[in-house]
Amino acid sequence: MALDVAAIKADFPVLARLVDGQPIHYMDSAASSQKPTAVIDAMENYYRNGYASVNRGAYQLAREATQAVDAARTAVARFIGAPHAHEVIFTKNATESMNLFAQAWGRANLGAGDVIVLTEMEHHANIVPWQMVAAEKGSEIRWIPITESGELDLTDLDRILDGAKVVSVSAMSNVLGTINPVRRIADAAHAAGAVVAADGSQYVPHLPTDVVELGVDVFVFTGHKMLGPTGVGVLWGTTELLDAMPPFLGGGDMILTVTKEGFTTNELPHKFEAGTPNIAEIIGLGAAVEYLEGLGMEAIREHEVSLTAYGLRALKEAYGDDIRIHGPSEPANRGGIFSVEYKDVHPHDLGQILDSHNVYVRAGHHCAKPLLQTMGIQASARASVYVYNDESDIDAFVAALAGADDIFGF
Amino acid sequence: MAGLEDLYKEIIVDHYKNPRNKGTLPTPPAVEEPGTNPYCGDEVVVYVQVDDGVVSDVAVEGRGCSISQASLSMMSEAIKGKPVEEVRGLIDEFKEMMTGAEPDAGDVMKKGELAALTGVRKFPDRIKCAILSWNTLGQALDKSDDNA
Ligand SMILES: Cc1ncc(COP(=O)(O)O)c(C=O)c1O
Repeated sequence: MALDVAAIKADFPVLARLVDGQPIHYMDSAASSQKPTAVIDAMENYYRNGYASVNRGAYQLAREATQAVDAARTAVARFIGAPHAHEVIFTKNATESMNLFAQAWGRANLGAGDVIVLTEMEHHANIVPWQMVAAEKGSEIRWIPITESGELDLTDLDRILDGAKVVSVSAMSNVLGTINPVRRIADAAHAAGAVVAADGSQYVPHLPTDVVELGVDVFVFTGHKMLGPTGVGVLWGTTELLDAMPPFLGGGDMILTVTKEGFTTNELPHKFEAGTPNIAEIIGLGAAVEYLEGLGMEAIREHEVSLTAYGLRALKEAYGDDIRIHGPSEPANRGGIFSVEYKDVHPHDLGQILDSHNVYVRAGHHCAKPLLQTMGIQASARASVYVYNDESDIDAFVAALAGADDIFGF
Repeated sequence: MAGLEDLYKEIIVDHYKNPRNKGTLPTPPAVEEPGTNPYCGDEVVVYVQVDDGVVSDVAVEGRGCSISQASLSMMSEAIKGKPVEEVRGLIDEFKEMMTGAEPDAGDVMKKGELAALTGVRKFPDRIKCAILSWNTLGQALDKSDDNA
């Protein structure tokens, strides 16, 4: 079933806002998405009608809060095809998830000369944590290169994977929109004896996700890009890997017992959730997942493929060679991300000009500096679409680009 | 939001498209100082040569948005041939013009093309673009002092 975008827009209070008397075109969901009433209400309801901390209190409100967090965990597990809810670890965001994994697993398993494999299209969140452990352990980082069209070049994969201990790849690029062949890389990496992690921050919000089918051992993503609040992210790992991995943060909730001599760790997921969690945010993420399930991830993907096809075509028809769109040209191989260069207009100026037409995009390096370096660019202007965008948003984006001509006279 | 015509004044676009004093200077006798804005990636490189307390020559290079590059070009014209002390004063005046409570305080600004950049004040997230080259210039002069 196709998405009813008009009805969906009505679920997002902020999209009713007028700026300078005109509607807004929010096209920065790859950075962070807007929030539906269902999410806002779930969080408010918790604070207004049922606030208590979780896991300990033997009274009604505490039981309700604990049940709400458990329900959110179950919903997230279902949403990503996780075999067990206890494999879903709540963190602050994808960045924290990847740091947790790189530090906890890396410290225990990496040594001098061991190989960590990343790709050239990673977000800093899947680069810097590895550079930190690599520096500490004397490990080596290898990079899977990208092709001209912004896809992974797997020609040399076997050589790159030779001796690899861990492989960590983006499931979908936040700059190029490229959807990577995670399964193929995971199978090859496993054959080479490596553990496999994927960064699903851009993938989970937009495509039906099944971590078992993806063939990974670890999967991280962030709540605020999938209609959820800021301040909550997920680290999923197989029970086997998480059981074997030492804890990361120490403190309350992650222990079974503590004596002056030492401590024993609690069972999953609590082992990795030290301290009082972001309860309202977790509940909000649960509500976001249910909202997305209500729309249907297949339908969302279909909607975005068709919007992407429409956008790629419209940009080319309007501007021909004056516009350069990064990433794969085939909508089936990419998400709804349009990173563009328009004539010689600098991305920040482009972003400013689009802003004056109420078209909200992101200009900058998108936290992927090594990728931009490889592409030989300093920044890009990126528009991205989600469930609440339709062809009118794309039309506004395409039309507003021409505003640069008036100012710069190119 | 404020009109874009306040930001992209003709003189600014002109400096952006036709940057003045573009290039490098041999170091020594000049000093070279790079500057970047980590958030947006704007880059500038400022070369200044100081002889007898005067900025006798200046060259600039950079990559970035129109505001950062226009400001760089305009700065290079404003400081060439001026005594270092005066240039340091200009740096303070420029920053006051961009961020201070009294943007009109500096006389020099009122007369020069630089005043065109006051429009940037209406776009707070672009102020750092305009100031980058001036901060870099300050560091270049410090370096020149150290070398003297
Ligand atoms: C691919 C990718 N990975 C990781 C992140 C980091 O997400 P967060 O900042 O929520 O940790 C982002 C978003 O900025 C992203 O696009």
